[in-house]
Amino acid sequence: MAVRVTMERFDPGAETNAFLAAAGGAGAAVTFTGLVRSTPDLPVTTLTLECYPELAINQLDALIDDANARFDLLAATILHRYGVLQVGEPIVQVMTLSAHRGAAFQGAEFLMDYLKTDAPFWKQETGPQGTNWVEAHDADDAARARWK
Amino acid sequence: MTILYFAWLRERLNRGSEEVNPPDSVVTIADLIDWLAARDAAFAHAVAKRSLIRSARDARLVPHDTPINGASVIAFFPPMTGG
Repeated sequence: MAVRVTMERFDPGAETNAFLAAAGGAGAAVTFTGLVRSTPDLPVTTLTLECYPELAINQLDALIDDANARFDLLAATILHRYGVLQVGEPIVQVMTLSAHRGAAFQGAEFLMDYLKTDAPFWKQETGPQGTNWVEAHDADDAARARWK
Repeated sequence: MTILYFAWLRERLNRGSEEVNPPDSVVTIADLIDWLAARDAAFAHAVAKRSLIRSARDARLVPHDTPINGASVIAFFPPMTGG
């Protein structure tokens, strides 16, 4: 399954092993895992992700088709959680497979840059300062724009 | 037609969805936003900055000039912040 949008916590190691087990003769796999962040400057206790699942699946499927065509990937998978998450828990995992590492790295970065701005998830942070919706960042739009 | 709302738009409107029957003069998603805003001050206030409102037609991301003719579900939401 190339796209999974779920409220269940996933195990990044198990997901990676399953992806690698189906690699066949591909020479390169890249996996990226995004985790719930908390820093001394911006302490967070929980992160709540809202999602529009039907649209998320359509958007992520289309992104994978785009990435496969652009970078000649042999396989690509995106896992994305929603619901209430604790600090350190995995939010998103992107995995790419290709004959050589360049395409696998580029494909993973492309998928992450696009899903930040184009997949219907909305983050709400709770910490000592209260609960706030995370605002969209210009830096994310800039990261996406470089792939045009 | 079902309208869905997400994130801070859902919170400001105090509802995640509603059923509406817009008249034939409402042709595009932009028209639908205007029509909803005209009957609901809270909606008008929440969508005052139109550039912050994204839209989807039957679970496909679409721009505001998209026709709504034949659509079952229209969704409105703020810029996305996943990943």
